[in-house]
Amino acid sequence: MGITSKPVVFAVLAAVVILIGTTVTVFIPLFMPSTQPVSPYIKPYTAVEQEGRDIYMREGCNNCHTQTVRPLRTEVLRYGEYSKPEEFAYDRPFLWGSRRTGPDLNRVGGKYPDSWHYKHTAHPQSMFEKSNMPPYGWLAKNRLDTGYSFKKTSTLGYGYSESEVQQQIDQYRATVTSASYPSKESRDQITPPELQRELTEMDALIAYLQKLGRDVKKMEAKK
Amino acid sequence: MSDSGYNYRVVRGFAFSALFWLVIGLVVGLWMAFEMFDPALNLTPWLTFGRLRVVHTNGLGLGFGLAAIFATSYYILQRLTRIPLLFPGLAQAHLYVFNAAIALGALSLFAGMNTTREYGELEWPLDIVVVIFWVMFAINVFGTLIKRKEKQMYISLWYIISMTVAIAILYIVNNLEVPINLFKSYTLYSGANDANVEWWYGHNVVGFIFTVPILAMFYYFMPKSTGLPIYSHRLSIVSFWALNFAYLWTGAHHLMLTPLPEWIQTVAMAFSIFLIAPSWGSVVNGYYTLQGNWDQMRTNYLTKFFIAGITFYGLQTLQGPLQGLRTLNAFFHYTDWVVGHVHMGTMGWVTMVISASFYYMIPRITNRELYSVKLANTHFWLILVGQFTWTITMWIAGIQQGAMWKATNPDGSLMYNFLDTVSSLYPYYKLRFGAGVIYFIGILVFAWNLIMTVRREPNQSEA
Repeated sequence: MGITSKPVVFAVLAAVVILIGTTVTVFIPLFMPSTQPVSPYIKPYTAVEQEGRDIYMREGCNNCHTQTVRPLRTEVLRYGEYSKPEEFAYDRPFLWGSRRTGPDLNRVGGKYPDSWHYKHTAHPQSMFEKSNMPPYGWLAKNRLDTGYSFKKTSTLGYGYSESEVQQQIDQYRATVTSASYPSKESRDQITPPELQRELTEMDALIAYLQKLGRDVKKMEAKK
Repeated sequence: MSDSGYNYRVVRGFAFSALFWLVIGLVVGLWMAFEMFDPALNLTPWLTFGRLRVVHTNGLGLGFGLAAIFATSYYILQRLTRIPLLFPGLAQAHLYVFNAAIALGALSLFAGMNTTREYGELEWPLDIVVVIFWVMFAINVFGTLIKRKEKQMYISLWYIISMTVAIAILYIVNNLEVPINLFKSYTLYSGANDANVEWWYGHNVVGFIFTVPILAMFYYFMPKSTGLPIYSHRLSIVSFWALNFAYLWTGAHHLMLTPLPEWIQTVAMAFSIFLIAPSWGSVVNGYYTLQGNWDQMRTNYLTKFFIAGITFYGLQTLQGPLQGLRTLNAFFHYTDWVVGHVHMGTMGWVTMVISASFYYMIPRITNRELYSVKLANTHFWLILVGQFTWTITMWIAGIQQGAMWKATNPDGSLMYNFLDTVSSLYPYYKLRFGAGVIYFIGILVFAWNLIMTVRREPNQSEA
């Protein structure tokens, strides 16, 4: 073998060999629209939901929770309709996960009221004594930082203007701080008084969880 | 000896960096293992499982794994080219940049700066530092190879070359991201494409860090330690090229039954099965090398590490492709079975081979006798028992969980709620924690043995 005495030629050849499978299975699919189809029913995240998604990422929730329901009978029974590719068009990054220490969350949106999430996220063991989920009550003690919200949504190509982003934030703050918010009691229980009129990281995380799997229902209904 | 011109300072620096990050990564691992059955240890935000998991994988993969790879690569490179490193100052700088990057990486992950893309979780500024230290390494590798005195490049050098080339492609393509600020970025890819790029990366970064350079060590240090030449040169050539070709097609077996296009999954499945051949090429080469000299399993403490290591590699590369089959994957994926699978590779194959390579290398580069062969044997048995108990426990837990997820009543409804499928695993998690402690003690013995070795008086005959 002559190439074992030519390191540069050897390296180039190794690169070519490595790039064949890469090109066929990764690079070419990147340019095929069928890999990541889009649907008009699947809407991007609001600025608040996106902030919640970033908190989900920061806390590494994806290390224990998957977000893809497989087309298997017991899985559909447990979580709901299996995941469709269109649902993930705005997911940068994807959060499908690789280990289900906790249940899948791709169909969790709308499954429980906000109050359930406030109670459960802050004190999982108060609802499920044997759960091994870490308590995340401290998220309600952190004011949500929206300083980058517009930059984030515009980088991700959601198409909101700066005033629309501000409107989304104000609107969600108005919703969760209103006296008639159905989950007011459980929110107030875990939110310190000085933040009860503000948006917290917990509010954003729950907004994100409530979005998961909601749009696809409209898409499926139209089929 | 004619060694005098070789640069062993950087080899030693990387070797002890590897031991340091190994101990740190395992402490984090034990902490998480405890959290799995008792959430009370989630004491602060930075000690929650979600944050620790990435500190554990990055600390051991990037910290321990890479440091051990750089240490042995710099050693092998000099021995097999028969010249000192071309740029010793650059190599020393590489050591400092590397350790700074790993330390900052650990801190940033503790702080929650996490891109969530598995095994590539570091945020963009640190991605750039990682690329810089790989370039520093590559300059020395190719510079030294071009100036070498030994005409033919031995197998181990092929693997070091292909690792360097593959990691460059993988790391850069996977981590293309748009910064929002210094601590936050978004990947360039979305949804199914992002999943496809990420698992192409995730699978292959494991392949080109936990397989390829470990094979470089195996092919160099096993013949050196046993005094026996590799059984078949031709088999090693075939295995090398087949492995490098086939590996890159298989990432999507991590995405079976997800919304990724089915053809990509099926291609990945087929190439995964094909990968058994080149993997077992190296296994067979290892076993046959020992042909007629199996008494070394008793008489040579290093041989045990290599043979146990290559055996776990063989089991790993059978188990992996089988898990990749769609039907089996439907059962095993997302369970602890896969966690067991990964840890057989890392705690068995990778650590066994690195241990033996260090035991061979450290006394030679420091001109000292190994402190204690007896302790090395203790280390071997502790990590063997620890690892085996660990992985078998997780396989059983995985089978149980997979079965409980699928179990239905006669009327077709689900038999178990999700929480039952979690809490019924706590006895296994406790056993796993115990096994981890045994393994960790074995690693402490390993570190102690090497520290005591370098603290001894140098050999008189060499002075």
